[in-house]
Amino acid sequence: MLTRITAIARNTFTDLVRQKVFYILLVFGLCAIGSSVFMAQLRVEAQFQMIKDVCLGAMSIFTSLLAILATANFLPKDIEDRTIYTLLSKPVPRFAYLLGKLSGIIVLLFLFTLLMAVVFSAVLWLRQQAALAEIRTEFVSASAEELQQAVKSVTDSTFNANLVPGILIIFIKSALLAALTLLISTFASSALFTVMIAAAIYFIGHLQATAREAWLQGVDIQWWTRILVAIISLLFPDLQAFNLADDMIAGAAIPWNVFLETFALGWTYVAVYFALSAFVFAGREL
Amino acid sequence: MIRKAAAILLLGVSGAAMIPFQKSLDATQKAAGLRMTALDLDLRERVGQMGFLAALSGFRSPLAAYLWIEAHNAWERTEWGRMAGLFDTVTTLQPRSLLYWDMAAWHMAWNASVAALDDKSQPSEALRIRNQRQYFKLGRDYLDRGLKNNPNSAFLYERLGVLLRDKLEDHCGAGEAFLKASQLPDTSPYIARFAGYELSKCAGREREAYDLLKKLYDKGPEERKPTLISTLQELEKKLDVPPQQRINSPKP
Repeated sequence: MLTRITAIARNTFTDLVRQKVFYILLVFGLCAIGSSVFMAQLRVEAQFQMIKDVCLGAMSIFTSLLAILATANFLPKDIEDRTIYTLLSKPVPRFAYLLGKLSGIIVLLFLFTLLMAVVFSAVLWLRQQAALAEIRTEFVSASAEELQQAVKSVTDSTFNANLVPGILIIFIKSALLAALTLLISTFASSALFTVMIAAAIYFIGHLQATAREAWLQGVDIQWWTRILVAIISLLFPDLQAFNLADDMIAGAAIPWNVFLETFALGWTYVAVYFALSAFVFAGREL
Repeated sequence: MIRKAAAILLLGVSGAAMIPFQKSLDATQKAAGLRMTALDLDLRERVGQMGFLAALSGFRSPLAAYLWIEAHNAWERTEWGRMAGLFDTVTTLQPRSLLYWDMAAWHMAWNASVAALDDKSQPSEALRIRNQRQYFKLGRDYLDRGLKNNPNSAFLYERLGVLLRDKLEDHCGAGEAFLKASQLPDTSPYIARFAGYELSKCAGREREAYDLLKKLYDKGPEERKPTLISTLQELEKKLDVPPQQRINSPKP
């Protein structure tokens, strides 16, 4: 069984790579390099903050887009190409087919996030080295203490340990979106419908925490609004929980317990959405 | 159809089962100082519908970066009022970013205030001075709000100290701000000296300044800067410190 799932995952990954999704990395690279060149007129610390804002924001957008578009497309495409019939006529259970597909997409998302993180780190490192070289030239006659302070202000603004969990949370959010899109695509009749619904859920999911608070804290609202916020709280994922990049860029630390809880919630969503997808897909007429 | 309805029901059940987990994570994240930004109607009015949607959808920091660049462009055109409005929005979007609070305060207290004093369109010098002081206060207000959002920031206390010292000439306030900064982690070594210098100019706190600077002096030669030595010597005279307890460094 595992061999079959791995084979489907590998094929899905290869298929997506052949669709040249990695060209998005070029756009990301341009964003990163462009922002670093454009920001050269700002103060050093501001430059680094802007590079982080632009790069992590772009990482979040690109991974979310890739997760939704790649997942929405595969089921209608396999039905249209009739490859799904070839596959399912073999001893491949439907859930294994879905799991293979989802695994392939998640592996692609991981690699994609990793490559973007490498480009981002390279741009940040190059800007850091340029800034340090400038400081060493400017502070040539300054005291050791002043030079140390100036160097510290640059190094503190660039890399910190929080970047790693922050980037991993961006990846987990994209995996969640892939699983959610998979669930929608098992219901949907077209890729366009799946993309539209996934995009709507993306926006509503960011408001789920607000809806949940309004529902559970007994805020004074009309009965029909209460029903609406209850539905949103129950059916939609809490995407704000995965929105830690903003705080991380601002220098807030992400403690390990927070990261692990967020990580666990993300994979729980993935597991739930996958199980429901398998349940719906098992009864779907092909 | 029945299967689809059952799946939606199961989705609701699993959603209900996950609510305690979501609430717990929400509390843990908030306890760690994360997800504290309030996105309210006031912000909605300032950033517009699309901006608000972007902020809600997880693109708060890129939006703040974009508005910051707008503020930078406004600075180049010396549109101070527009800058202040943009700074308010940026700091609302990213209240944990020390850089935004610091830069907003700097632009208001240093750049806008000088422009107000040199404003050729205002013939009354009294009004120009009044406008200048308003920009000083606005700069201070950014740092005060920044500290409310980041109460353990040595950096913002340091910047507040500098503003109070250089712009408002409030030596007691500056000394207090530097003192707080010096007691926080990640402080710079010179901040404690700054606290001593400012407290030495604050009536009634000379003894505290002396004790602080003497303690630094006793740490060794790396702390014995010319300003520290001269300030200590002035305080020894003022406080009438017995000769045997006075420092024996030559007058710088």
